[in-house]
Amino acid sequence: MVETLIPKPAPPAAFAAATPAGAPFIEIEDVSLFYGASQALKNISLKLQEKVVTAFIGPSGCGKSTLLRCLNRMNDLIDNVRIDGAIKIGGHNIYAPDVDVIELRKRVGMVFQKSNPFPKSIYENVAYGLRLHGVKAKSDLDSRIEECLRASALWDEVRDRLHSSALGLSGGQQQRLCIARAIAIKPEVILMDEPASALDPIATARIEDLILDLKKEFTIVIVTHNMQQAARISDQTAFFYIGELVEFGPTTKIFTNPAQKRTEDYVSGRFG
Amino acid sequence: MNTVTPPEYLPESSSDTTRFTRHFRAEKFDFWSFFFSGLTGLATLFILGILATILLNIIVNGWSAISWHFVSTIPKKDFFDASTTGVLPMIVGTAFRVIVMTIFVIPVGVITAIYLTEYAANTSLITRIIRAAVNNLAGVPSIVFGLFGLGFFINFVGKNLDKLLHNANAVWGQPALLWASLTLAVMTLPVVIVATEESLKAIPPGLREASLALGATKLETILKIVLPQALPGIMTGGILAVSRAAGEVAPILFTGVAYYMASLPGHLSDQFMDLGYHVFVLATQSPNIEQTRPILYATVLVLLLLTFALNIVAILIRARVRKKLRALG
Amino acid sequence: MGIHRGHKARPGEWLAEKFIFLVSLSAILMVLLIFLFVAREALPVFFGETNTALVQKPIPPAEMDKHSPAELQAYLELTPAEFAKMDKAILRSLMEVKVEAQNDIPEDFRNDPDAKINTTEWKYLLRPHQWNNYNKPEYIWQPVGQIKKFNIIPLFVGTLKVTLIGLLFAVPLAVGAAIYVSQLARPRAREIIKPAIELLSGIPSVVVGVFALLVMATVLQGLFHYQTRLNAFVAGLALGFAVIPVIFSIAEDALTSVPRAYTQGALALGASRWQTAWQIVLPAALPGVFAAAVLGFGRAIGETMIVLMVCSASVMSWSTFDSARSITTTIAAEMAEAVNGGPHYRILFMLGALLFAATFVSNMVGDFVIHRFKLKLEGKK
Repeated sequence: MVETLIPKPAPPAAFAAATPAGAPFIEIEDVSLFYGASQALKNISLKLQEKVVTAFIGPSGCGKSTLLRCLNRMNDLIDNVRIDGAIKIGGHNIYAPDVDVIELRKRVGMVFQKSNPFPKSIYENVAYGLRLHGVKAKSDLDSRIEECLRASALWDEVRDRLHSSALGLSGGQQQRLCIARAIAIKPEVILMDEPASALDPIATARIEDLILDLKKEFTIVIVTHNMQQAARISDQTAFFYIGELVEFGPTTKIFTNPAQKRTEDYVSGRFG
Repeated sequence: MNTVTPPEYLPESSSDTTRFTRHFRAEKFDFWSFFFSGLTGLATLFILGILATILLNIIVNGWSAISWHFVSTIPKKDFFDASTTGVLPMIVGTAFRVIVMTIFVIPVGVITAIYLTEYAANTSLITRIIRAAVNNLAGVPSIVFGLFGLGFFINFVGKNLDKLLHNANAVWGQPALLWASLTLAVMTLPVVIVATEESLKAIPPGLREASLALGATKLETILKIVLPQALPGIMTGGILAVSRAAGEVAPILFTGVAYYMASLPGHLSDQFMDLGYHVFVLATQSPNIEQTRPILYATVLVLLLLTFALNIVAILIRARVRKKLRALG
Repeated sequence: MGIHRGHKARPGEWLAEKFIFLVSLSAILMVLLIFLFVAREALPVFFGETNTALVQKPIPPAEMDKHSPAELQAYLELTPAEFAKMDKAILRSLMEVKVEAQNDIPEDFRNDPDAKINTTEWKYLLRPHQWNNYNKPEYIWQPVGQIKKFNIIPLFVGTLKVTLIGLLFAVPLAVGAAIYVSQLARPRAREIIKPAIELLSGIPSVVVGVFALLVMATVLQGLFHYQTRLNAFVAGLALGFAVIPVIFSIAEDALTSVPRAYTQGALALGASRWQTAWQIVLPAALPGVFAAAVLGFGRAIGETMIVLMVCSASVMSWSTFDSARSITTTIAAEMAEAVNGGPHYRILFMLGALLFAATFVSNMVGDFVIHRFKLKLEGKK
C-alpha cells in the first residue's frame, strides 16, 4: 500500500529524444506470454526502428495481435495473463514496476480492427483524448482537431458536420476518425491491429495512403493478414508462426527472397 | 447400365399415385398434439384473461368515483364517508417514501453494479458471494423486511440515534418515514443492481478499449464513456424499483405507516399515510362494504395508475435504449 | 526482468476502486444484518429465557438481597442497561408491582391447571397440548387472553395449505403458458404475450387482495357452495395469481435457452411442434422449470397482503374450505398489538426468522439449479 503514497516520478522525456540516431526504437527482448497455462508467445526478440512502418504477418492465431497489444500493455486488462521478458521503448522498459501505464498509452496509441468511435459527435470523439490530457481551451481544441482531421484525410468530408454523431459515418470514415482520435494526443508510436480488414477496397486504399503519410511523423506497427497490404505499405516485416518469430527483415527481402522456408511457403500462399 | 426405373418405384396404375402423395401428407390427424397445444394456448389465454379481468374490474368500478376533489383532499378521521374523503395525504406519503428510497438505493445499486461488471473477476469467491447475496435479497419475503426495519432501523439505529442526540422522547426510535424508506431501499436494491448490470453489459467492450488505449484511466472510462451510455438503463431500474416499492404494504406496516395523520408528513421522523395501506384498511375495516366500494376502487385505481404509469415509462425507456445501443453495433 | 503486472498506481484510482468494492459489499452486509437483527429479537425464545407462566412465585421484596443482581435482572425482565440505571428503591417498587400482579390474578385463573405453564417452552410451541376446557390435545395459536397459547403448528399448516393450493393452480398454468409462448406460438405473439404476463407481476398484492375479497370470494362461493366465504381456497387461488408471473418468467427463460439445434433436429425428423416441445425441449429444460417452481414456492410462502385480506381466523384445519392463518399474516396482523420486547413479540420475530431461513434455502436451491442448468447448456459441467 505504501507505494501508492509515493508521488509519480516526472514522466521520462519523449522516448524518441532518448534514442541515439540509428539505435532501435522499440526493443522486444525475449518476450513470452502465457494465458494461464498455455503459451501464446514464445521468446520473441525483435528490434524496430523509428518512423518506420513495420508489419506483423502470419496465419490466424500466430500471436501477432497479442504481441502488438503487449506494446501498449493492453494485455494487462485480461485476467490470467503472464508476461516474461522486457519491452523497451526509447530505452525504457515499459514493464518496469514504476511505469505509469496511463502515460505509456499516451505515447503509444492504438487503432483497432473494428472501428470504435464513441457515441458522441465527431468533434467530441477527437476532443476526448485531448481533454483527458489537459487541453481545455476551445481555440486549442478547435485547431488541434482540424489538424488531426486533415492529417487523417477526413477534414473535407466532415468539416460541415463536426457536431453530428460519429456513428453516422461510413465504415471507412469511422476508421479514419479513430486514427485522427489516436494521433490527436501526439503519440510517438501508433499500433494498428488489422485496421482495414473490415473495409472495402476503396476505403482500404485510402487508409493505406494515410499510413504512408503518417510514417513521416510516427512509428507505426501494423498487424495484417493481408500480405499484399504488408508488401505495399511496410518497410520492415516480421513473420510469426504459432507464437514464434520466424523471420524479420526488410519487406522486400521477406517477400522476394526470404531466408526461411516457412516464410517462403506462407508468402507464396502454400498455407495460411 | 439399367436406365429403366425399377418397377417398384413405378405406379402400377393411376390409383397408385396415392403411394407418392401418401409419403408427404400426414397419415392421420395428430389428435394429441393438437389437444395439448390447445391446452397450453388455453392456459396462456386464461392468464391473460385474469389480468384483463382484474384491470377491467378496477377501472370500471373505480373510474366513476375518481375526481379531482378525491385526489386533492385531506380526509377526516372517518374514511368511509364518501362525500368528505380524499386521498391526498396517502398520495403524498407514498410519493415521499418512494423519493427518499430512491436517494439511497440508486447510488448504492449503481456502484455495486459497476463493481460487478467492471472490476470484479467473475470467478473469484467474493464476487460469487456478492451475487448470491443480491439474489437472496431479491427473494426475502416483504414482511421479513418489515421485521428487519423494526428490529434494526427502529430498535437499534433509531434508539441509539436518540441516545446520541439526547432526545428525551423517542424521535428516531419509533416508526418514521426515514426508516420505512431505508427498508424499501434494501428491498429494491436487487432491482436496481440487475437493471444497471444489464445496461452496462450491453455496452460493447470496444468502447472501453478505445478509451483506455487513449490513456484514460479505468475510472475516467467508466465516468465519461460507460456511465453516460448506461444512464437510460439505470433510469429504467430506478423507475422499476419505484413502481415496485409504491405498491408494497407489508414492509411499511411496522416501520412508518399510520392509520390516520391529521397533516401531511413534513419531516423524516414523521409517520405517514399510504395508498396501499389505505386500500387494505378500507377493504378490511369498513363498516359497510357496499358504501365503501366506490372509495375503495377509486383508491385502488389511483394506486394502479401510479404504478402502471411508472412501469410503462420504464418499458418505453428500455425500448429506446435497446434501439440506440443496437445502432452502435 | 520478470513477471511484472505492476505499474505505477494512481492513488485516486486505487481509492476509488476500494470505495466501489466496499459499497458492493453492502449487499452481503444487508443479508447478514437482516438475519442477525430478526433473529436477535427472537433469541430469548430460542434459548428458553422467556416465561409466560401466569402464576409464578414472586420474590418478596424483603428477600431482594438474597438474590444475585443477575437473578433479579432476569426476574424483572430488564435489559442489563436498564437494570444498571435503577437504584434499590426503584427495584424494590418494581418487585412490589410484581407481587401485586400475582395477587391480582382472578381466583378461577389461579386454579387453572394451565396457569403454571410457561407457554413459550418449545414443547408447547410445537406439540399439541390438552388445555383446560378442551377435551383433547389441540394445536392452538391464541396469543390473547390470560393464558397465551403459542403453538406455531397451525400457522405452518395455514401457510402450507394456502401455498400448496396456490402452486397447484399456478404451476400448471404458468408452465403451460411458458411452453406455449416459447415453443408453439408465433414469434410475433411472443413479443406481446410475454410483457403482458409480466405486467401481471406489476399489480401490487393489495390490489389482488381486493379483487379476491370482493370478486373472487363471491364467485367461487357461488360455484362451489361451501360454507365459509373467505377461506383458504380463495386465498390460495389469489396467491396463485400473484405467483404465476414469477414461475412463467423463469420457466419461459429456461425453455428458450434450450439450443435451437435440438428443436430443429426433432422437427426435421417429422415431429410436430407439440411433440418436439414435450419430448425434447421440456425434458432438456426440466431443471430450469423445476427451479421456477422452487422460486415460485419461495415467493408464495412469503406473500402477506393477499392472504391477510382474505383469511383472518387462525383455525387449525386441514380442510381447504376453512379459513387459515399463515405465518406471514400472523406477523403482519399481530405485531401491532404485541408488547415491544414481550414474549408474543419475540415469537413473532422467531417466525420471521424461520420464514427467512426457509426462503433463503429455497432461493439457494433454485439459483443453484439454474446455474448448473445454464452451465450444462453451454457444454461445461
